[in-house]
Amino acid sequence: MATYNLKINGKTQEIEVDPNTPMLWVLRDHFKLVGTKFGCGIAQCGACTIHLGDNAVRSCQLPVSSVGEQEVTTIEGLSENGDHPVQKAWLEVDVPQCGYCQAGQIMTASAFLKSNPNPSDDEISTAMNGNICRCGTYTRIKKAVKIAASSDQA
Amino acid sequence: MTFVKTKIGRRSFIRTSALAGGGMVVGFSWLASCKMTPEEVNSLPKEWFDINGFLKIADNGLVTIMSPNPEIGQNVKTAMPMIVADELDVDWKDVIVEQAPLNMDVFQRQLAGGSQSIRAGWEGLRMAGATARKMLKQAAAKAWEVPEEEITTSMGMLHHKASNKSASYGEMASAAVSIEKPDEAPETIEAPEEIELKDIKDFTIIGTDRKNVDGPSIVTGKPLFGIDTYEEGMLTAMIVHPPAFGLTFKSMNADEAKGMPGIKDIFHVNVYPEGAEKQWSDGGGIPELVAIVGESTWQCMQAKKALKVEWDGPSTLESTASYGDDLNKLLDAPVKEPARKDGDFNKAFNSAAKKIESIYSAPFLAHNTMEPMNFYAKVTDDKALLSGPIQTPEFLEKTVSSVLDMPLENIEIDMTRMGGGFGRRLYGSFGVEAAVISKKAKAPIKLVYSREDDMTQGTYRPAYKVKFKAGLDAENNLIAWYVKGVGTNDDLIFENRFPAGAVDNYLAEKTSLETKITTGAWRAPRSNFIAGAEQSFMDEVAELAGKDPIEFRLALFDRAIKDPVGDPEKNDYDPERYAGVLKLVKEKSNWSNSGDKARGVSAYYCHNSYVAQVLDLTMNNNQPKVDKVWCAVDCGIVINPISAKNQIEGGIIDGIGHATYSQMTFENGVPQQENFDDYRLIRNTEAPKAIESYFVDNGIDPTGLGEPSLPPVVGALANAMYKATGKRVYNQPFILEKEVVG
Repeated sequence: MATYNLKINGKTQEIEVDPNTPMLWVLRDHFKLVGTKFGCGIAQCGACTIHLGDNAVRSCQLPVSSVGEQEVTTIEGLSENGDHPVQKAWLEVDVPQCGYCQAGQIMTASAFLKSNPNPSDDEISTAMNGNICRCGTYTRIKKAVKIAASSDQA
Repeated sequence: MTFVKTKIGRRSFIRTSALAGGGMVVGFSWLASCKMTPEEVNSLPKEWFDINGFLKIADNGLVTIMSPNPEIGQNVKTAMPMIVADELDVDWKDVIVEQAPLNMDVFQRQLAGGSQSIRAGWEGLRMAGATARKMLKQAAAKAWEVPEEEITTSMGMLHHKASNKSASYGEMASAAVSIEKPDEAPETIEAPEEIELKDIKDFTIIGTDRKNVDGPSIVTGKPLFGIDTYEEGMLTAMIVHPPAFGLTFKSMNADEAKGMPGIKDIFHVNVYPEGAEKQWSDGGGIPELVAIVGESTWQCMQAKKALKVEWDGPSTLESTASYGDDLNKLLDAPVKEPARKDGDFNKAFNSAAKKIESIYSAPFLAHNTMEPMNFYAKVTDDKALLSGPIQTPEFLEKTVSSVLDMPLENIEIDMTRMGGGFGRRLYGSFGVEAAVISKKAKAPIKLVYSREDDMTQGTYRPAYKVKFKAGLDAENNLIAWYVKGVGTNDDLIFENRFPAGAVDNYLAEKTSLETKITTGAWRAPRSNFIAGAEQSFMDEVAELAGKDPIEFRLALFDRAIKDPVGDPEKNDYDPERYAGVLKLVKEKSNWSNSGDKARGVSAYYCHNSYVAQVLDLTMNNNQPKVDKVWCAVDCGIVINPISAKNQIEGGIIDGIGHATYSQMTFENGVPQQENFDDYRLIRNTEAPKAIESYFVDNGIDPTGLGEPSLPPVVGALANAMYKATGKRVYNQPFILEKEVVG
């Protein structure tokens, strides 16, 4: 067990936990930030995607000991009122079916658009390829990312 | 106007009582009213009050509508309340939707399966809204002392034109409570025995785009799913199940694991003790497991690795490869009775001018819902509270009652939003496991499966094989059709579906192979394979006849319309509606002009709905890349078009994905795929670039939509691949180009 001060969604929070514990379970079990989802545990599905600094990472493969001073952002902290351009585009297109993978999709998309604000259709698809949607909302995901990209703030 | 019997007890009433928030509860006690006295109703928790649609009307005009059925991503949580709200005549923006708990005294068919939520719920939901509206009118007539028939409603308001009186539904509910005398029974307004439903042309909400009511919660990561349950004092539980199908628990050594951080207990559990009454929904439930109970999920996962369990069983267990041989033998073996026989197939086939014969196959599939199986249970000596993702809460409650030896009324089941269902959560043995573990651990627990547990303890889509034979006469007319289907624990064939009724000499046979690999319903059971195989073979026959695939099919539907073979009542489809979707997709896709794309067509009927598709693709490094799919659907009245299209798109992508990439195989009883690194699911770059959906507007009562777009797309894909390569694919998954099941 070790003690960590983690910067999560703009707040510093202390936790005592096994250093190997993945951030996924720190967020879910300890901080009850359940928007970050457990899908596979082996970084294959993307349901657990969060931001570490500006980068989208798989929290199921991110030991708490490796986070250090870096800012962690989860779906709960992506925007104050659920009004990030990607979230708004998701609602406009009515993307979700079951909705389970969508937080991960949104976290991947929002980090991607920060690094590539004007992506082509193929670039969008490739960027989103690591996130599985079992319901098959892929065509709507592509459309929503495109809409978010065309809005000013993305 | 449509009049329906309301099926409402005569003691139904408007009952009002003050809510903490100042609103009014207007309860309409429905079927339950024949069982409950007003006193009993009064003592119920407010959220549990009603039936068939529960309405809470607040004095500020907000209306809460309960959504009775489990939500698995098919979006009934939006669509079902839309139906109530339309008949109630309120503004959709004033509606708040809540998920109802399991209460079979009050609600009907709280089950997600067979694409039947809307079809089965349609009349009851309309009735719920219409009766509530009628009773509000009755209350207004009493309050204003005017004839009820002179009162009209619009968008949550009651009007009486002659006296120029108006009141909101909320105000009328408030007025009703103010006249209630504390010592007397509540003001009673009897529900009518017959109720007038709206003319479908007067719908204001049904048929319009309404976004997912949980959308804002989903995109902001609010707790919605069973796995998001965290209750005070709750522990986490995980299980270890037999590593191979056919093994049973022998012994374990938990010494090391029990000493690990956070671990509270590790024990062997008998989930289904002797004498326990199982339901069909227990599916592949494994009788004996090992449970690990700890403080956190990660700690349980570590203990699981350290735990040593020994299993008993024969040294040789079942393998996928041997199923291939066994299914082939069954394909050739005679059956006792044909499933359907019209004319004389053998005679016609033997004398046919042209003949064709093909065999198609498909492997086992796992459901792989993105949210792994999980359930929360808090079992005490006399009560069980369960909450989680379940498509069949009613049956789970029965099994839990039997296993815990506890009366049904002491068991509460809450339904959470589900991170996918696809049939997997029809089989709720994980809920039973949670209850048994909570009881033994003497603590509230949330059972969570790892992805590996989820994939390797499945209730899989069966492996299938089908043999077709067809014969043409000298004029290239189809005169003989034979189908024989075999599957693991399933016999595959719907003998009265197309082309039964359209071919003079028709013979359908079916049989199944018993296996220890547990199988069950997987999105569009049987149809998910037989549709693609049949529609692929149909193209083979059309080509042999030298005819256009769509014209060939239309000619058969024409035969079934004008001169059906056999008893037309037996045929499980309407040939006119079938032909209708095919014609619609032909027009929308501009069928004869495919440009440089390889194009395939397919049509299928299942879950009471008709779907036809045209699919364009290009081959890229020997892999199909689907460019576009056009889809025509006849599911009667469409409740919520934006969401209906989502279901169509999802079914198409699901169908393409599994037929192209996915398989579950077994060696000596051991599942060979455990997680998404070796079980391939379709991904974003592999999905069609565009999907266009069109609905037939015919005003017929709504039918299924969650499943019907999946089965035919496999045929459209196979037919387009044939166009592109000149080589027909017979075995799924298509990218392997070899038989997986043998």
